[in-house]
Amino acid sequence: MELCPLIKNILLLDSEGKRIAVKYYSDDWPTNSAKEAFEKAVFAKTQKTNARTDGVNHVDLLTKVNADAEITMFDNYVVVYKFVQDLHFFVTGGENENEIILAAVLQGFFDAVGLLLRGTVDKKEALENLDLILLCLDEIVDGGIILETDANVIAGKVASHSMDAGASLSEQTITQALATAREHLTRSLLK
Amino acid sequence: MAQPLVKKDDDRDDEVDYSPFLGIEKGAVLQEARVFNDPQLDPRRCSQVITKLLYLLNQGETFTKVEATEVFFAVTKLFQSRDMGLRRMVYVIIKELSPSADEVIIVTSSLMKDMTSKTDMYRANAIRVLCRITDGTLLTQIERYLKQAIVDKNPVVASAALVSGIHLLQTNPEIVKRWSNEVQEAVQSRAALVQFHALALLHQIRQNDRLAVNKLVSSLTRGSVRSPLAQCLLIRYTSQVIRESTNDTQTGDRPFYDFLEGCLRHKAEMVIFEAARAITELNGVTSRELTPAITVLQLFLSSSKPVLRFAAVRTLNKVAMSHPTAVTNCNIDMESLISDQNRSIATLAITTLLKTGNESSVDRLMKQITNFMSDIADEFKIVVVDAIRSLCLKFPLKHRSLMNFLSNILREEGGFEYKKAIVDSIVILIRDIPEAKESGLLHLCEFIEDCEFTYLSTQILHFLGIEGPKTSDPSKYIRYIYNRVHLENATVRAGAVSTLAKFGAMVDGLKPRIFVLLRRCLFDNDDEVRDRATLYLNTLGGDGAVVETDEGVKEFLFGSLDVPLVNLENSLKNYAFDINSVPKDVKTQPLAEKKATSKKPTGLGAPPPGPPSTVDAYEKLLSSIPEFASFGKLFKSSAPVELTEAETEYAVNVVKHIFDGHVVFQYNCRNTIPEQLLENVTVIVDASEAEEFAEVDSKPLRQLPYDSPGQTFVAFEKPEGVSAVGKFSNMLRFIVKEVDPSTGEAEDDGVEDEYQLEDLELVAADYMLKVGVSNFRNAWESMGVDFEHVDEYGLGPRDSLAEAVNAVINLLGMQPCEGTEVIPPNSRSHTCLLSGVYIGNVKVLVRLQFGLDGPKDVAMKLAVRSEDGTVSDAIHEIVASG
Repeated sequence: MELCPLIKNILLLDSEGKRIAVKYYSDDWPTNSAKEAFEKAVFAKTQKTNARTDGVNHVDLLTKVNADAEITMFDNYVVVYKFVQDLHFFVTGGENENEIILAAVLQGFFDAVGLLLRGTVDKKEALENLDLILLCLDEIVDGGIILETDANVIAGKVASHSMDAGASLSEQTITQALATAREHLTRSLLK
Repeated sequence: MAQPLVKKDDDRDDEVDYSPFLGIEKGAVLQEARVFNDPQLDPRRCSQVITKLLYLLNQGETFTKVEATEVFFAVTKLFQSRDMGLRRMVYVIIKELSPSADEVIIVTSSLMKDMTSKTDMYRANAIRVLCRITDGTLLTQIERYLKQAIVDKNPVVASAALVSGIHLLQTNPEIVKRWSNEVQEAVQSRAALVQFHALALLHQIRQNDRLAVNKLVSSLTRGSVRSPLAQCLLIRYTSQVIRESTNDTQTGDRPFYDFLEGCLRHKAEMVIFEAARAITELNGVTSRELTPAITVLQLFLSSSKPVLRFAAVRTLNKVAMSHPTAVTNCNIDMESLISDQNRSIATLAITTLLKTGNESSVDRLMKQITNFMSDIADEFKIVVVDAIRSLCLKFPLKHRSLMNFLSNILREEGGFEYKKAIVDSIVILIRDIPEAKESGLLHLCEFIEDCEFTYLSTQILHFLGIEGPKTSDPSKYIRYIYNRVHLENATVRAGAVSTLAKFGAMVDGLKPRIFVLLRRCLFDNDDEVRDRATLYLNTLGGDGAVVETDEGVKEFLFGSLDVPLVNLENSLKNYAFDINSVPKDVKTQPLAEKKATSKKPTGLGAPPPGPPSTVDAYEKLLSSIPEFASFGKLFKSSAPVELTEAETEYAVNVVKHIFDGHVVFQYNCRNTIPEQLLENVTVIVDASEAEEFAEVDSKPLRQLPYDSPGQTFVAFEKPEGVSAVGKFSNMLRFIVKEVDPSTGEAEDDGVEDEYQLEDLELVAADYMLKVGVSNFRNAWESMGVDFEHVDEYGLGPRDSLAEAVNAVINLLGMQPCEGTEVIPPNSRSHTCLLSGVYIGNVKVLVRLQFGLDGPKDVAMKLAVRSEDGTVSDAIHEIVASG
């Protein structure tokens, strides 16, 4: 019996349900067409459930952006999702997975992408920084097992290469490095 | 972010559909990958090309073996670059390309160098990549580094090694198990995620050692686990330990329950929920144990986060199935969820409420649901309809409002599946709640006035024909039915004509009026409608005289076709018009109830047509053998039983054909030696352990060439209609001739030889046909108690209730009905319904009641009803001797 929480897949789709970046960690979808069929179905289903709230008025739409993750059951999978602009974030887990764990993974992915794209979270920006998105996926889950859910740590690990790769940093952990950097920044702002 | 990130050039137009990958082509990108070979590497350029390659792979593009190898080799050159960003991309693409073993060697040394690098990021990623692509032999070389990495002071490195360990445990368990000490140390790590990964790995290493898991759980539940994820794991392990430990019901205290309850006060929601869920899933959970879990779930119900609400309502929905009263406290919170924006949550809330609701709240609930129904999708509506049906069966007094609800939603828009679910529900309610019959029938009548689905219309007309005449005022249905004759397509019109005829047959007072209506149908422009009208006018005596309808006509009108359509079709194709000659198939034959008038179908749908059976093929085969033609009609053919091990020289299996007074063994033989030709193949059967059987005939197989199957038969006589059992030992005897492999010709001279086969047993289940009934309760009632035989048996200690149930089902060889062969987990008692036809065409129904008596002992009460007392006794004999 599998006791460790497992992620089945993480999807980042655009406003038409097309792939921007997807990562599958399960053999439940052995072929590309099976994957595409799943994405299509998930997209259609979540569009339908959200169309109502989005369609009402613009204010609703804006609140939606910052709103909490939504959730649905689908073909014996639990899917948590979050939309912003023309980007659709999904995390899928098995039928018996703890929903809140899945939501934590989604939140980590969502926020990390937000940090990496420096606030401009849309399809164009995501595609232009696809390398960052792919690295981000690589840092969140390894073969279905959750590696990290803290968005700051994830983004820190992805972005670490653009920082000074000097020896001093290698002594600290990346989290520490980030914290120090943030501290420096606030101090310089306060002056 | 503290530092600016690498950005690509932004000097492009902001088109709406702009994508940096617009018009990207695999061939071109593969060309671009040549930059990897440049002596002066441009890290940014290379990164971009890798991103493009990854984009292609991500979009579902595949590389051929040659392409993948080429890219892989080019990528390995990039280890020369010291650019960290590029190195990260190299790691990712190596994992995506999943190189073959001989290619892996190329990067091994580079990755091993990175594994021992001073840079944490290199170490962590190199470990992940290397472990992903490596095989066992390489693993022993790097094992030392991995063990070090597990206890690395950098959490990212430690996690990388631990997670890799979890993956490697699947392929190289013996190596990973040697890391136990390091992993144990890592469990104590201060870094949250390291603790989580270490705990997961440690448990997997020890999972087969119950004692060790027990120790692990008891030491950790006392200490403090920092990471919420690790705490969730610990809760899962704890419930597993609880599940496996023998529950001491005497003291009432469950080990580790306090730990689970303590987790309900954890600060992380995922832990609280995990603990609450674990408590609700405990075996035989008491309401005292449930209460604190239900309380936290109730709090989640009013959370602002949809995920929390969903998780809570989904769990409560499950609890409501086994402990409806425990959930009633949440009903008010649940009711407010009916209007939840998230329709999955709303549907779960409604179905939970329908399960827990009491009689007094039904009306209020129905009002709320009515508003809700209009804006959910059909799939949710079907769930609600099913829940309402079970509610109505639970509170029959509330049938009026529930039936009204169903008829209202029946009138609204909806797809076929949804409408069918409603109609099926109404039909079941009519069947089970007598007071609901009249209103239900009228609702159905109204529905067919405006029904776009021909299938549903004809099914309802059929149902009306059976139920309508038995109501207090059958005449009021006639108008609805006759309207169909005017307004519908030919299929529905034909159905309506049949229904009219049934009213005419059953209600003498209506006969003259029915005749008038039927005569009008004689001028219909569809021939099926005209034919039916003519037929019914004649059978009912439509020449004007009002006569009592005789039983034969009723049987003709109401009796069910007791042969499957597939078989009937086949027989008709052979121009065999005698209905008695049509074989009754094993699986699909609906067991005709004794009295047609008491027939009540379960739903509208007829039993689904099964696949054309092999019985047909056997029947054809056997009837082509003149020696067996006199045995009469084939009763049953068993599934093939293997008499040889797989991959032996001669593969033989046997099919047992049961006739009333005979048994024929059909030995299917296959010769798997190309250099041999077998001739005159027979099976010598020793029936000394089957006293009631006498061999009457055998039919040898003249030739058995290599790899082309052949059959030989042996026939036995046995006492007629009796389920004689016995054991037969078999010997394959034949003349073997050598075959020249080059020419394929056999030598002239052969040698006689024998080959021992395994024994064959004829058991009682061989005399039982698996035949399902559509409505067990009705069949049971109409069978009556005349030949009922009830007795109790102790089945002794069993692994599980399910195992005991399956054993009895297999022993009897009967068809489980109404899904009762499935046993809900954790149940301590179960009722299983079986039906079948015993040799001599005797219908048999069995009700098995199982109960756990003590921790493992299973007790069973067996009630058999059949058309023949000796058969009922015989069934008991089977169980008693089995």
